[in-house]
Amino acid sequence: MKAGSNLEKVINSGQFAVTGELGPPKSADVSALREHGEAMRNYVDAFNITDNQTAIVRTSSIGVAGVLLQMGLEPVVQMTVRDRNRIALQGDLLGAVALGVKNVLCLSGDHQMFGNEAAAKGVYDIDSMQLLKAFKDIRDEGKFIGGDEVEAPLSVYLGAVANPFADPFEYRVDRLEKKIAAGASFIQTQCIFDLERFKRWMEMVRERGLHKKVAILGGVTPIKSLGAARYMKNFVSGITIPDELIERLKGAEKKKEEGLKIAIETIQQLREIEGVAGVHIMAIAWEEMVPEIVERAGLYPRPKLA
Amino acid sequence: MSQTMIIAERKPLEEIFGMLEPYRRIAVLGCGTCVTVCMAGGQKEAEELAAAISIHRKKEKQEVSVEAFTIERQCEYEMIDQVAERLKGFDAVLSLACGVGVQTLVEHMPELIVLPGLNTKSMGYPEQQGVWVERCLGCGDCVLHLTQGICPITRCAKSLLNGPCGGSADGKCEISKDVDCAWHLIHDRLKKLGRLDTMKEIQPPKDWSSSHHGGPRTIVREDVRLESGK
Repeated sequence: MKAGSNLEKVINSGQFAVTGELGPPKSADVSALREHGEAMRNYVDAFNITDNQTAIVRTSSIGVAGVLLQMGLEPVVQMTVRDRNRIALQGDLLGAVALGVKNVLCLSGDHQMFGNEAAAKGVYDIDSMQLLKAFKDIRDEGKFIGGDEVEAPLSVYLGAVANPFADPFEYRVDRLEKKIAAGASFIQTQCIFDLERFKRWMEMVRERGLHKKVAILGGVTPIKSLGAARYMKNFVSGITIPDELIERLKGAEKKKEEGLKIAIETIQQLREIEGVAGVHIMAIAWEEMVPEIVERAGLYPRPKLA
Repeated sequence: MSQTMIIAERKPLEEIFGMLEPYRRIAVLGCGTCVTVCMAGGQKEAEELAAAISIHRKKEKQEVSVEAFTIERQCEYEMIDQVAERLKGFDAVLSLACGVGVQTLVEHMPELIVLPGLNTKSMGYPEQQGVWVERCLGCGDCVLHLTQGICPITRCAKSLLNGPCGGSADGKCEISKDVDCAWHLIHDRLKKLGRLDTMKEIQPPKDWSSSHHGGPRTIVREDVRLESGK
């Protein structure tokens, strides 16, 4: 056990894990986020908090994590290397752990040009692999990147992301293996719409036995409308949506219900794939549907682990 | 194809007209090396810009006298000396050199008002006629041996050292379909050379103190100095 978080316990128990994403607001008013958190309370094992997602200024992931902790909910704090150098990142890890955060997810982050501060200086002092390794070394070796000693031990459950839909495809499993070596205990994948490609990736993962070394949580996003699907297909970095799926939505009378159905079917299929340890539900601007998705996918109630 | 090291681009005319507004006698000083090759600040561009300034002032009914001339390199005192007396006769010098040239002029002739006519962009080369690409950021700690000659510090929009991020699609970078993913290129090249294993090693955080992040850099070579610096 690395940090004894609820997420870690569920994963280690071998039960299919469920995490939900909460996107912080573009203000310090977190009341809507609190409501979503409350509504999802018993439906997810942990809440993933994005870090200025798509490079848009929002309440910080650590700040929101503090709010969730006050509510008795478990956060997974996302940290990108886009906006902070190694001094700030390592300091923020300590700050997050001091607040009570037990799960941290390390990633590169969308390039700053996508957001509302396109003139910002991108930091990228270290990359996501180095961030993961740095946090692992702080935890396991008691050392900061520069070699200085961490004055007291800390525990944290570290995660990373994987995008089986990015290129070069054959490299994506190498990258996963590298992230495991760097310190990832769990992996959250990019939204899965192209199940065939995901299955091919998982085959390669199993060939190398990587699914036994890391818990892979498949990313699932319910599509709210045809417009949202088209937008993601064309404008969201790292996401691929097969034409068949667009056609299926186009042909559906009730688009929202069809979007939910697709998400639920995806979860059910993911549960059948050997080596998939759980799902990560990213119901972007549709958080209120998470309990229904979890319930209809047969994942409710969630395990209660001491 | 001719070589270019420093690549620059003329500033927008409105910005140039604005910064020149207080001045009556203006020299547009071209630079005969890098920026001539990249067609931004040679004699031809200096003459065109001088003409544009004159026309603008005529429209605005403001007097001006503009002259355009060029020296081979504005980044060398000896070459500045060739036109030093002439430059003293102007209220302002609009330098069409890179940022190095502008500053060398000011350091050598502090009495001059020197304004930049160009935006200095990058170190690179002309990939084809009319297209100049960036290839070096001058990070001070070259990694091209790890990547077989393709620079991830310069060519990856996130300067990643451990392979392509999740935004790489069809060989292109997430920032634009017109930008190659540097790590895709590196991956393919390493694969061809049978060296993909190097991408599996975790590269440690880069020491940016050798780059500009360590402050302005000066190289001192005692072996080639004319006088010892002590």
